[in-house]
Amino acid sequence: MTSTASDSLPSRALPDMAVPSARVGPGATLRHSLSIARRNLIQLRNDPEQLLDAMLMPLVITLIFVYVFGGAIGNGSADYQRFLIPGIMVQIVTFAARSTGIGMSFDFANGLMDRFMTLPIARSAVLTGRIIADMCRMLLGLVVMFLFALIMGFRVETDLLSAVVALTLLMLYGMAFCWVSAFIGLTIRNPETVQSIGFLWTLPLQFGSSMFVDPATMPTWLRIFSQINPTTSIVDASRALLTGGPATEPVLHSLAWTAGLVILFAPLSVARYRRRAG
Amino acid sequence: MSYALRAEGVKKSFGTIQAVRHVDLAVPVGTVLGLLGPNGAGKTTMVRMFSTLVRPDAGRIEVHGYDVVRQPQQVRTLIGLTGQYATVDGSISGRENLYLIGRLLNLSASGARRRADELLERFDLVAAAGRPVRTYSGGMRRRVDLAISMIGDPRVLFLDEPTTGLDPRSRNNLWNEVRLLVARGTSVLLTTQYMEEAEALADAIAVIDSGRIVATGTPTELRAAVGGQVLQVRPADPADLASVATVLSAVGSGTAMTLADDGLVTLSIGGEAELTAAIHALAAAGLRLAGIDTHLPSLDEVFMSLTSDVPDRTTA
Repeated sequence: MTSTASDSLPSRALPDMAVPSARVGPGATLRHSLSIARRNLIQLRNDPEQLLDAMLMPLVITLIFVYVFGGAIGNGSADYQRFLIPGIMVQIVTFAARSTGIGMSFDFANGLMDRFMTLPIARSAVLTGRIIADMCRMLLGLVVMFLFALIMGFRVETDLLSAVVALTLLMLYGMAFCWVSAFIGLTIRNPETVQSIGFLWTLPLQFGSSMFVDPATMPTWLRIFSQINPTTSIVDASRALLTGGPATEPVLHSLAWTAGLVILFAPLSVARYRRRAG
Repeated sequence: MSYALRAEGVKKSFGTIQAVRHVDLAVPVGTVLGLLGPNGAGKTTMVRMFSTLVRPDAGRIEVHGYDVVRQPQQVRTLIGLTGQYATVDGSISGRENLYLIGRLLNLSASGARRRADELLERFDLVAAAGRPVRTYSGGMRRRVDLAISMIGDPRVLFLDEPTTGLDPRSRNNLWNEVRLLVARGTSVLLTTQYMEEAEALADAIAVIDSGRIVATGTPTELRAAVGGQVLQVRPADPADLASVATVLSAVGSGTAMTLADDGLVTLSIGGEAELTAAIHALAAAGLRLAGIDTHLPSLDEVFMSLTSDVPDRTTA
């Protein structure tokens, strides 16, 4: 239905009632998702401080780890930086993914979800729209981090194709985490709790992996945890693709984890959303 | 008659709380029903069920013949909702809020922009259109909310306590907008705690209390249902309020109400015989009286006599 200015004139009666349709086609759902993504990106433009935790935190952590611990951990800070940067890229995407759950839970708390849920749109559009916006946020974070790393002296030691594969892999993995994050945000009702839980579940996954140190140096129980931990696969993949080394196995593992998380958490999140929608 | 809204035998509980115990409602197309009741009576739950946000536990709810449980998407194409709390995104501008909903209602990009501008103008929001909504006053947020609920030219508009917290001027503006919509053929379900608001807008009123409809009718019918007159007695000593209430309750068909703050006891009187009996009973009880008066019931008194809770406002 298109609308013209004269539609709103009070003297004009409502047009004849069209037979309402129950179906929302995939084209419409994509359009609706993009409209919601646009809204979330405008939010970001209006409140750029939302980006701080997703972007500034990894930068600060990089500085601390490279210059404070770098000398002690590896063979000097330059060597450690080469080890750390590909891992920090993973931190960027998982931190950005936290905002999916936080945003969803705020939208419920302030009543905006009620508005969305009375509209004839696919339920999934609200979730996918949010995730599309968070992936833009991720991409921005990765670009800023990469530029920052270049300034610090980091170089891609493989080739352009590998770097592009690394970027794609990181984005896909981040998208999978957005679904996990959405599930958490839809399960826990209080937005502040979602925010603090966001650190609780992301930090152990990051530190208990190959992101900061070689798991070979860890006690056995933690080494076993880090081997199972999907973060280790994606960090190893990112490292191999950016600085060289055998990439096939960690890349395949990462893809498997990404697919597994999406297959599990996308339907769970949509089901949660439907349940809360009543 | 064709109905915009129908509810039959609707029940809804949240845990152990029975929000709606049994409600039947029918709103003919193009009319306004005022759903009047105190806080916690079940008004918002009814609106949330009609607007597909909450599923009824039992009973049937239809919007233009579409079942809210089995055909929610059809229902959603027909309705607009202005909630008790403005459901707008505070972090984006008023214009962006309107544009977003327009796009979600399948307007083209330029169509949504036009519609947004047009509604901003109508609701006197042009000057603030570019500012984030969180900087708006309460009245402005309500206007954005109402404008949003009108984007899709809804057949049925739900207004859940739309003027709570608004100043009189904003309230009158909102009432006028609702009247314009109704003139165009939109049907409205309005919930309110204020009899005055229901009377200003509604063709019919349903009084809801503790999850049940306790009375329905036009404002005039409701007045008549309560009885002819109200007897008002002021005891000389406020300590006698309870005794006066006991005496009066024993006389009439209704229960006497004590307005302790005003030092008054009121009783709805069915006819002359009851009035005479009440005066005799008061005289026989030997209670000292400072004042006695009869008048036609105000709508607030009708409301109070029909519901168990006194709404939170001063009464005449």
